[in-house]
Amino acid sequence: MEKFTVHTGRGAPLRASNVDTDQIIPAVYLKRVSRTGFEDGLFSAWRASDPDFVLNKEEFAGADVLIAGPDFGTGSSREHAVWALQDYGFKAVLSPRFADIFRGNSLKGGLLTVVLPQEVIERLWEMVEADPATDITVDLVEREVRAPGLAHPFELDDYTRWRLMEGLDDIALTLRETDDISAFEERRAPWLPVTQ
Amino acid sequence: MARTMAEKVWEEHVVRRAEGEPDLLYIDLHLVHEVTSPQAFEGLRLAGRSVRRPDLTVATEDHNVPTENVFGPIADKVSRTQIETLRKNASEFGVRLFPMGDIDQGIVHVVGPQMGLTQPGMTIVCGDSHTSTHGAFGALAFGIGTSQVEHVLATQTLPMAPFKTMAVTVEGQLRPGVTAKDIILAVIAEIGTGGGQGYVIEYRGEAIRSLSMEARMTVCNMSIEAGARAGMIAPDATTFDYIKGRPHAPQGADWDAAVAHWEDLRTDEDAGFDHEVVLRAEDISPFVTWGTNPGQGVALDAAVPAPADFDDPSARASAEKALAYMDLEPGTPMRDIAVDTVFLGSCTNGRIEDLRAAAEVIRGRKVADGVRMMVVPGSMRVKEQANAEGLGEVFTAAGAEWREAGCSMCLGMNPDQLKPGERSASTSNRNFEGRQGKGGRTHLVSPLVAAATAVRGTLSSPADL
Repeated sequence: MEKFTVHTGRGAPLRASNVDTDQIIPAVYLKRVSRTGFEDGLFSAWRASDPDFVLNKEEFAGADVLIAGPDFGTGSSREHAVWALQDYGFKAVLSPRFADIFRGNSLKGGLLTVVLPQEVIERLWEMVEADPATDITVDLVEREVRAPGLAHPFELDDYTRWRLMEGLDDIALTLRETDDISAFEERRAPWLPVTQ
Repeated sequence: MARTMAEKVWEEHVVRRAEGEPDLLYIDLHLVHEVTSPQAFEGLRLAGRSVRRPDLTVATEDHNVPTENVFGPIADKVSRTQIETLRKNASEFGVRLFPMGDIDQGIVHVVGPQMGLTQPGMTIVCGDSHTSTHGAFGALAFGIGTSQVEHVLATQTLPMAPFKTMAVTVEGQLRPGVTAKDIILAVIAEIGTGGGQGYVIEYRGEAIRSLSMEARMTVCNMSIEAGARAGMIAPDATTFDYIKGRPHAPQGADWDAAVAHWEDLRTDEDAGFDHEVVLRAEDISPFVTWGTNPGQGVALDAAVPAPADFDDPSARASAEKALAYMDLEPGTPMRDIAVDTVFLGSCTNGRIEDLRAAAEVIRGRKVADGVRMMVVPGSMRVKEQANAEGLGEVFTAAGAEWREAGCSMCLGMNPDQLKPGERSASTSNRNFEGRQGKGGRTHLVSPLVAAATAVRGTLSSPADL
């Protein structure tokens, strides 16, 4: 996983709430068995049908910080939604509220999801709509989002922050605890089912 | 200290706890399917890792599979590759798999309970958000992403930050013709699609206790549509009766020990929840959705709302967008909405009891002209049982299509899809834009409403027939 410390880029304003993962990437793209190349599926229905959709606008080409409305990433657990955003070039998503599974997936995969109050999101929308070249900085070290005339702190637990900053693989970390896992297995109830 | 059921199950599964770190939780059962697992197995292969506990892992083919001609090769090459990849991975890593055509094949959340693999007090995960279904047994069951699938395959554990707890109490008794699906749609409309975010919901109260296991699964299944990670219902005699005698249920002395333990899982009398919601069962009537998220629902007796009915600007904007997509005029009575397709099935409502309820309505009647009704059992065992009870004949005699098991039109990954502009009444769980096919429009309904709608051609309840 790539390390994340401080990222400065341009913002794409997605003025919509309840953007579910079926919209982020429709099920038809989930048939693939590869781990990369999902950028073509990102918001594919909206990109195909709506010329005014934010990612169809020339001025937001190359934006890599998605600024979204509340309840982003609801619905299906598909991690392909995170992969599609990353493959398309997004480094961070800002929203007043994320669905739990999407949030978990994003932080596993190194896509930084940042919770900001609705009014901050609205200020950022106005800012990037007025000037798409506005620099937006997502600073994981200081846990702060900055834009001209705006600096707002965000919360992220120390452990997740450390893991993202170090770019650490969760599985390798857990495998260090194999003795504890084995000890736990000794204590499991005898009636618990096995599949084989 | 008094604890809730969710907290008890959590505590029992902590492998390791350290200050400033998420708890490492042990996972008792890992359910796997073809869509969210290929990249996880590939990750194991690249890192030279194995599956730690193949004996706590089981796989089925459900999301992609066709529901016709299941004994031949899949026509769609990309789907076929994904299914073949699962078969190869299951064989290489020693995971038991129920392939298409196998009597134990079916939707992952139907298969676990019917085999007795789902039991109270367990931690159960699957790369599918509707894993919450298994909470109906008093298990802590939640959906995970592919990175976590790989993590569980490799370690049989997950690092997890604690959840908050929410009680949703449904007091009193449901009126006739009102089902578990109507309860959960009403709950979601009440708390919103983000209302459960960060919570494990425990469903309580007389109306919940009166539900069968299958109906409880319908309620817990859609916890995710309220934003919750999991839903749970306290295990009781209904739960134990359902599990007893199933292939993987404990036996003899183990059974007695298990039941004694399961009874202790219930939330302590004086335990507190972080949030509480109370509904009166008598106030709930057949419920249907009008919009493009599961929170956009109303009683079947009501009319399509207007954006101006919503105070919150983001809800108003969302309603406006949804009405445009759904091609609905505010003020239209829900009963006047005509559908092209009725879909009966899915992990929400594809179990035997759902099929029985719908068959009872449709028996001796015909599917309306111009309406296509598709009945897709949740598993091959459900199909077998339905055929033994003569339900398959009821459906085909009425002019419905009686298919093989799979996720089917719930998410349209196989050929079972709506065409652009087509409208469905669907017993599934999501009415998102394009969910059942590009440009398709979905109204979520109960099996009873689905069956009555198939007969009349417009959204209806059995009382309208």
